[in-house]
Amino acid sequence: MMKRIFTTSHRVIGAHYLQLSLTAVAVGTLLSLLMRIHRVWPDTPLPFYGILKPEDYLALVTMHGTLMIFFVLTTAPQSGFANLVLPAQIGARQMAFPRLNAAAFWLAVAAFVILISAFFVPQGAPISGWTSYPPFSAIAAAGPGQGAGMDLWLVSIGVFCLSSWLSSVNMLATILTERCPGMTWTRLPMTVWAWLVTSILTLLVFSVLLAAIVLLYSDRHFGSSFFVPLGDIVNGHIVGRGDGSPLLWLHLFWFFGHPEVYIAVLPGMGLATSLFANFTRRNVPGYRTMAAMLVLIGLLGLAVWGHHMFVSGMNPYAGTAFALTTMAIAVPSTVEVLGWLTLLSYGGLRLKTPMLFALGFLSFFIAGGLTGPILAQPALDSYLHNTFFVVAHFHLVMAMAGVFSIFAGVYYWFPLLTGRLMNETLGKVHFWISLIAAYGTFFPMHLTGLAGEPRHYERLSGPIASFSAILPAERGITYSALLLAAAQLLFLWNFISSARRGQRAESNPWQATTLEWAPEGFAVRVEHGPYDYSVPSGEAKFIPQWEAASKQE
Amino acid sequence: MPATFTRHPVEIERKDTGIGGKPPLDRRPTGGGGDGDNWDNRPSGRRGPRELLSRYRLGVIFALAGDLMFFVALVSAFFVRQSAGHFDARENYVSDWHPLAVPPILWINTAILLLSSITAEMARRQLFREIDVMEEWLGLGRPAVKRAAPWLIATVVLGSLFLVGQWIAWDQLVVAGFRFDSPDPSSHFFYLITGTHGLHLVLGILGLVGALIGLFTLRRIELRQIVVDCTAWYWHTMGVFWIFLFALLVLFQ
Repeated sequence: MMKRIFTTSHRVIGAHYLQLSLTAVAVGTLLSLLMRIHRVWPDTPLPFYGILKPEDYLALVTMHGTLMIFFVLTTAPQSGFANLVLPAQIGARQMAFPRLNAAAFWLAVAAFVILISAFFVPQGAPISGWTSYPPFSAIAAAGPGQGAGMDLWLVSIGVFCLSSWLSSVNMLATILTERCPGMTWTRLPMTVWAWLVTSILTLLVFSVLLAAIVLLYSDRHFGSSFFVPLGDIVNGHIVGRGDGSPLLWLHLFWFFGHPEVYIAVLPGMGLATSLFANFTRRNVPGYRTMAAMLVLIGLLGLAVWGHHMFVSGMNPYAGTAFALTTMAIAVPSTVEVLGWLTLLSYGGLRLKTPMLFALGFLSFFIAGGLTGPILAQPALDSYLHNTFFVVAHFHLVMAMAGVFSIFAGVYYWFPLLTGRLMNETLGKVHFWISLIAAYGTFFPMHLTGLAGEPRHYERLSGPIASFSAILPAERGITYSALLLAAAQLLFLWNFISSARRGQRAESNPWQATTLEWAPEGFAVRVEHGPYDYSVPSGEAKFIPQWEAASKQE
Repeated sequence: MPATFTRHPVEIERKDTGIGGKPPLDRRPTGGGGDGDNWDNRPSGRRGPRELLSRYRLGVIFALAGDLMFFVALVSAFFVRQSAGHFDARENYVSDWHPLAVPPILWINTAILLLSSITAEMARRQLFREIDVMEEWLGLGRPAVKRAAPWLIATVVLGSLFLVGQWIAWDQLVVAGFRFDSPDPSSHFFYLITGTHGLHLVLGILGLVGALIGLFTLRRIELRQIVVDCTAWYWHTMGVFWIFLFALLVLFQ
């Protein structure tokens, strides 16, 4: 039993990461449903709890964001899937540093437990959002939950930084040194390219977040003044003793926070490329360009953080520069999308469940991505920044795109985990309900945001009558969110029942070419590109990477 | 082209190099044992006798790249905080930053740390002397271990001396009235930078002690090389970090 838990086998660790994410996403979804219910029926007491106070709503916002960003969108696509298939995809028997990898996983579990424990300390969870802007987050007296709860948040994220740091060191060393003979850079599956870029980003930006957390912790407990401005008053007491700069935190945090978005979504882009190639049976057009664009998105992603700070009092000239870099990032993203659309335009799509979810990913990536250049304009952002328009934008382009790519990965790699296929019918029903409900939840937020609905407000009713017009839309969003959550029960049922008595999968159920589907005990020497579909010669019309070169002639 | 003129790919491979004689060894289609194990066509990864060593080195380099970003973040915070200020009642822009004169003992500490980097390098090089390594391979004693151990011990001693020196510097600052929680941001940064760097050195000393233990307990010479080599690179990097941080604290107050 202990051996099974404290294993260094990357596949088991990958499965454990996915379980951790599943737990986190379950809690995070529950919190978001409580938020939605509270926005529509603010005076209805909740069972076992009573009336939700305004600070409770903010605690829900904080914990929902933290759980989803760190423990779902970072953990599942990056650590979960990479552990599951990355070594196999590059023809390695194991990770470069298996014990380091296991240590990273247990640090992530520790971070999760510490974060959840913030709910159970006096005054409860922190309320300053997943971004924890000071001075709100720097002073324990600033609000309920900003004492012990905030400390736990900081410790948890600090531990998570260490975990990601170790994990990315292991990934990078694995990709660079453990590739099998013949696995050149241009024969890597696109997922490996994506994991390479996200690992570099993780290494560079989580260290900066850790430094910021150390500074904030020092402000809270050791009497320093890095982030608290002079003369800051909380509850009638002056707490700001030096010329601290809240903007400094914003810079450090968003230097981490923006690449974090790409850490969440790049693995999905890599996976979508693989799935589109597989389910259209076509080679990826412009493989080198597609890979280069993934790298370029990662590099540019390090230089756009200021677009989160247009309304924070940052120098407007800096805002212009960040607007330019932000619009520049639309270029490689568009190249990626056009590459996928080219692939899809050939037709002959096999609409299996993983493919449907990959198409869903593409749909959300485009729908959410189109509002990106709008929000990149400082002038437009100054109106939209604190409205639900931004909520709609990032929930589509990061959250839904990320989650749909996770689903695509689970449906696609499920046979590797269990040797069985997931039920197609249930999977398709799950997809369509999720797609419609996800748009139903997040699309109207664009409109309510344009109408001026502010973020982080506990309720819209009350003395301000101007929001009464959007209350019906609010109700619709809540019903849709409930439907979206309910559809996930279908997924859970499908997952459990298919794992037990699903249809047995053949050794290569999707007729894929990448090495994770190679038969057991194959002496691997790669001679082919990762996406050799539609090859004119041969009966199968595709050449797996594990096939010897002689058969090509 | 008629079929009789079609040349088999192997024939093309074999074509004359133009200087007469056999083609180069790696171009011979039948050479190299025929099992594809002749070191050609291997751009992927690194293979060979030093594969394990280069893998661990790479891991240390990546880890230190992340660590570098940690210190870069601290240093950029240093500059931002230094330029922060406010307008007083007479509309003068004033800053609460007061330059801190670093305790002179830091110069001695820096010299000690540089010296320790030299001893660490001496220890590292002992493990790669070809004759000694060959003797250890053959099981004719452990000359490399015997040579490296004193240098490692010297590094541990010098590293500990550096940390003691830093502690004395903190003591002197406290006596001079600069505590961590005094309202002066330059003293916050001094304690924070020396503190986090010192923490890294504590880890480094633990690593050195671990390497010393590994030197005597590890059976394979490759593993002995790895523990000393990686610790030494870590130690050098911390020395380089310190030079930059020290220059920051001295010159950019």
